[in-house]
Amino acid sequence: MDSITVLMTSPMSDYLENQLKDRFNLVKLWTYSSKTDFFKHNSHSIRAIVGNTKIGADAELIDSLPELEIVSSYSVGLDKIDLRKCQEKGIRVTNTPDVLTDDVADVAMGLMLAVVRRVCECDRFVRRGLWPKGDFRLTNKFSGMQVGIVGLGRIGSAIAKRAEAFGCPISYYSRSEKPETNYKYFSNIIDLAVNCQILVVACALTEETHHIVNREVIDALGPEGILINIGRGSHIDEPELVSALLEGRLGGAGLDVFENEPEVPEQLFGLENVVLMPHVGSDTVETTDAMADLVIKNLEAHFLKKPLLTPVV
Amino acid sequence: MTHGIIHGHLPQVLVVRPPESFSLYQSQCSHKFHFLKAWESPLPLDQFLSTHARNVQAMLSCGIFPIKADLLCHLPSLRLVVTPSSGLNHIDLSECRRRGVTVAYAGSVASCDVADLAVGLRIDVLRKISVADRYVKQGLWASKTSYPIPLGSKLKGKRIGIIGLGSIGQEVATRFEAFGCSISYNSRKQKPSFSYPFYSSVFELATNSDALVICCGLSDQTHHLINKEVLLALGKEGVIINVGRGAIIDEKEMVQCLVQGDIGGAGLDVFENEPNVPKELFALDNVVLSPHRAAFTHETLASMRELAIGNLEAFFLNKPLLSQVMNN
Repeated sequence: MDSITVLMTSPMSDYLENQLKDRFNLVKLWTYSSKTDFFKHNSHSIRAIVGNTKIGADAELIDSLPELEIVSSYSVGLDKIDLRKCQEKGIRVTNTPDVLTDDVADVAMGLMLAVVRRVCECDRFVRRGLWPKGDFRLTNKFSGMQVGIVGLGRIGSAIAKRAEAFGCPISYYSRSEKPETNYKYFSNIIDLAVNCQILVVACALTEETHHIVNREVIDALGPEGILINIGRGSHIDEPELVSALLEGRLGGAGLDVFENEPEVPEQLFGLENVVLMPHVGSDTVETTDAMADLVIKNLEAHFLKKPLLTPVV
Repeated sequence: MTHGIIHGHLPQVLVVRPPESFSLYQSQCSHKFHFLKAWESPLPLDQFLSTHARNVQAMLSCGIFPIKADLLCHLPSLRLVVTPSSGLNHIDLSECRRRGVTVAYAGSVASCDVADLAVGLRIDVLRKISVADRYVKQGLWASKTSYPIPLGSKLKGKRIGIIGLGSIGQEVATRFEAFGCSISYNSRKQKPSFSYPFYSSVFELATNSDALVICCGLSDQTHHLINKEVLLALGKEGVIINVGRGAIIDEKEMVQCLVQGDIGGAGLDVFENEPNVPKELFALDNVVLSPHRAAFTHETLASMRELAIGNLEAFFLNKPLLSQVMNN
């Protein structure tokens, strides 16, 4: 298949890059200094795009590649892909669900524990040599805290299962109620925020969920409340979040995603009730390899005219 | 006639060093007991005790100050030691038994908190949460010249080896099971009510685990239980989590193993010589350090305080203690 040209949009995985190079004619978008240069050389040969959470396949890119047949995303999130355009043009789209569910859920739990029990701050305290001068202050108990989940899909359910083991009562807001679970359903996010102590964003980013956590929701969560985001930065009105934290109107936050990565509001850097990660929810050796394998398998299936493994469109 | 009331005064309770939040004990107990505060006296401890504590029947420990023969010999009337901690290694239990002194402790009130921290430390080590937090807060993510942080390791499917399947160990097991980890354990005795695989030697457990979580108490039998042999059996990818007591691990050997890469990482809440922590650990990114705070939440401190006060009250009213340490 090395006559088939595949476009990789950004450096996302050395392993994936090598696998693509071995199997296809690989074109790397980031090696071109200008868009015009890139389009001049490649627009008529590219039949597949491998995108990620940084650069996917927007309308402009799709329109400029007339031979494009498939977009295989190295992510489960689809917010960087113009799905409507793909549907119109009959372009297939695949993603990487399931393989990353556990890792992302683990990071959500890790962030909750890190914020409530000040794990990172304690580590900082010890490394700075402050312990001989006095004990670190008391923190709050995590077990039994009420956890509210926005989006009870694969990842949300995996978070719920873990939090339950800590005796945390689980409630959720989702597009539809899930009667097969025992968790308490709220039909709107404000009621969920009022009734929980830790609010976890675990839904997909769509037009409807953009800024779903706004000032009103943050106020409802309150000065003892904690916000965890392992979804997309744009789920939260970031400037509102920052001012709420600075003013003490929100109790704490654990964030793996931001509105404008890799930019992170610097005012958060000095806050001990905030834990920040650079979008690494699925970044384990095992999962990144599994995601890469799924991307490759989907591409191979497509070009061998076999059923796609994880199609979205 | 109730214990320790002399001339109509409140019963006396000796306090050699104050436990955390002692002012709250005082405010809650001002009408119940009279605290004899040894640390406020200019007299050396021995003298203070001989002068003032000959009739004292109950003592409130701070959880750290050693209660051994050299202290007990100055307290001929002592019948009860109450410690707000779950840990008992600071108390010479056989000496207490010999002298007919009962010990009451915090039982399992802290177990959830300690288990929570054990899990928090494990996730942090495996997924590099503290590393990530440092990285972002130093502005390195946006910087064009810095390297990305290394990939973490998947938690699901990992084998957790728990040392000590008491109250804390059981809470740890329940939590890790929800993450899809498999559990096995080593304990003084096998516990047939649990279906987890039991290993009679810590070395065997280490050989068959990806992480060891220390949830047992410190005793003569568990001192330096985790030695070089066990650490090497745990191996280059193995992680050690300690929420028990520092001296359960041969700390010098562990530091060397970490520095040389003979084990994969560590999450440590306790150390052999607190508050001193081996400086070599500060340079390591695969280590997460915590200043002995596993049980120290507002809620648990309050529970410990209530239990300690409840035990003292019960004693002075001739009622059964709430959480007596049983001889086993």
